[in-house]
Amino acid sequence: MTGEILLKAQGLERDYGDRKALRGVSLELARGEVLGLLGPNGAGKTTTLSILSGTLPPTAGSVRLNGADLLDGGRAAKRDLGYLPELPPVYPEMRVSAYLRYCARLRGMERALIPAAVDEAMRRCGLTEVGSRLIGKLSKGFQQRVGIAQAIVHRPALVILDEPTVGLDPLQIRAVRALIAELRQEHGVIISSHILPEIQSLCDRVIILYQGNAVYSGYLNELNAVADVQEFMVSFAQPPAIERLQTLAGVEQAEALDSRRLRLLLSDQAAAERVLQLAVREGWGLREWVPVQQSLEQLFVALTHGEAA
Amino acid sequence: MRFDGMFAIAGREFRSLFASPLAWALLAVTQFLLAWRFLQLVDEFQLYLEPLLVQVNSPLGVTDLVVARFLGDPTLLMLLLLVLGVLAMRLITEERRSGTLQLLFSSPITATEIVLGKYLGALGFVAVLLSLWVLMPLSLMLGTSLDLARLAAAAVGLGLMAAALLAAATYISCLTVQPGVAAVGTFGIGLLFMLFHYGAGATADNSAVFEYLSSLSHYDNLLTGSVQSSSLAYFALLIIGFLAFAVRRLDALRVQS
Repeated sequence: MTGEILLKAQGLERDYGDRKALRGVSLELARGEVLGLLGPNGAGKTTTLSILSGTLPPTAGSVRLNGADLLDGGRAAKRDLGYLPELPPVYPEMRVSAYLRYCARLRGMERALIPAAVDEAMRRCGLTEVGSRLIGKLSKGFQQRVGIAQAIVHRPALVILDEPTVGLDPLQIRAVRALIAELRQEHGVIISSHILPEIQSLCDRVIILYQGNAVYSGYLNELNAVADVQEFMVSFAQPPAIERLQTLAGVEQAEALDSRRLRLLLSDQAAAERVLQLAVREGWGLREWVPVQQSLEQLFVALTHGEAA
Repeated sequence: MRFDGMFAIAGREFRSLFASPLAWALLAVTQFLLAWRFLQLVDEFQLYLEPLLVQVNSPLGVTDLVVARFLGDPTLLMLLLLVLGVLAMRLITEERRSGTLQLLFSSPITATEIVLGKYLGALGFVAVLLSLWVLMPLSLMLGTSLDLARLAAAAVGLGLMAAALLAAATYISCLTVQPGVAAVGTFGIGLLFMLFHYGAGATADNSAVFEYLSSLSHYDNLLTGSVQSSSLAYFALLIIGFLAFAVRRLDALRVQS
């Protein structure tokens, strides 16, 4: 992370008639950083990304990309921007390479640089093999990759991807994730998702949107501390009595899932260490210790103090 | 380059029209129907009109009685409206439906460049179509002599009228995401501009206004070989006006979407 601020958005608001889709969201992105926008459907993720990509003007607030205002001086600023909307903006009757050449021209790239840029984007997105095929004949996963390729073909400083893995199979999701990890070497990346593990595996920082507000903004590793609940699924060869576990300091809840497996709810990391030490000392024979990922729902409950429930 | 984006859009629009069977179907069907009609007119001229002209020693010739009649024929005008309606179904409507308008909006190009690019691309197709139509009267040169200046004036007139109505089609296509509505709207507004002509006689006071508003009255002037600056100005105004509406509408879409 270089720390150089690439994108700065302040006080973004957006109304659709009477409905307020965004109520004052601010965010910053540094070069080489991946920012995740997380939230349930209808939280304002797509609206935020549309504003950041200059396709939708905000009702209030400002967006500066590389120091240039995206709304007033849009032309210069937009050259530095690549955007994949929810639906990949592809023309089914075009061939992949022709489409990418078209996109590069739209973004104002110099003609002489375009062939090399198109080749590189196709290579990075694994499209080299299908370069001469019609986009409409490609599978959904490949179409999504074409959508990502058009967002990076002109080598923008900022890449905005709206739910890039939606509708893909697990293998394709892995490929897209690897691509995003590669993109961060040169670009600032903003992605949105309603899937927590996805954001966790890709992003440095996360902003959680809920009903048009940013309810959380910070680094991912701080997220569990904010949510302040640690849940584990454990199993022992000789499980102790549930009552014994429940009396331990820091164990908020313990219940048997079946004859071997237990669910533990711990207050902090220290409690986990105490349970593990005891298991070794008393020979319970630890077989499994699986942290249960926070579900998005639990997170919202924690972050909105139950309002979301 | 300043307008590279606009030319990219125009080139893509033109090529993508020919990538679909639609353009070829339009070219083939209209060419076939018009060839049929053209043959009728030539037949009529040969069998009845030519002997008559000789008898009365009339100065009229094949240019008046075949070429001008063919280019002013209601069949041809209706087919032109059909083609423009189909084009309106694509243009901006299709970009909105398929979500590709987002690509254009997130690119460093203005609404003016988007509208002009789409318009020029479609105009390229209309030019190909009209050239094929005009080739038919031109083919008479194989057997007889034509007043080429009049044919040129008529062809320019047809081109201008098509360009003006295509500008209207571009505007209509910004108004709706329903292709059917865009097609019907374009057909309707095109027909209205042609029909202003016929409402003119009813109220004598306004007849000059209606006469000026009608595309057909200007087109008729050009068909008879009279190229008037007022007619050229009329078509230019229609083109500029409708394209300006389209730009405004597209800018409004960006705000609303």
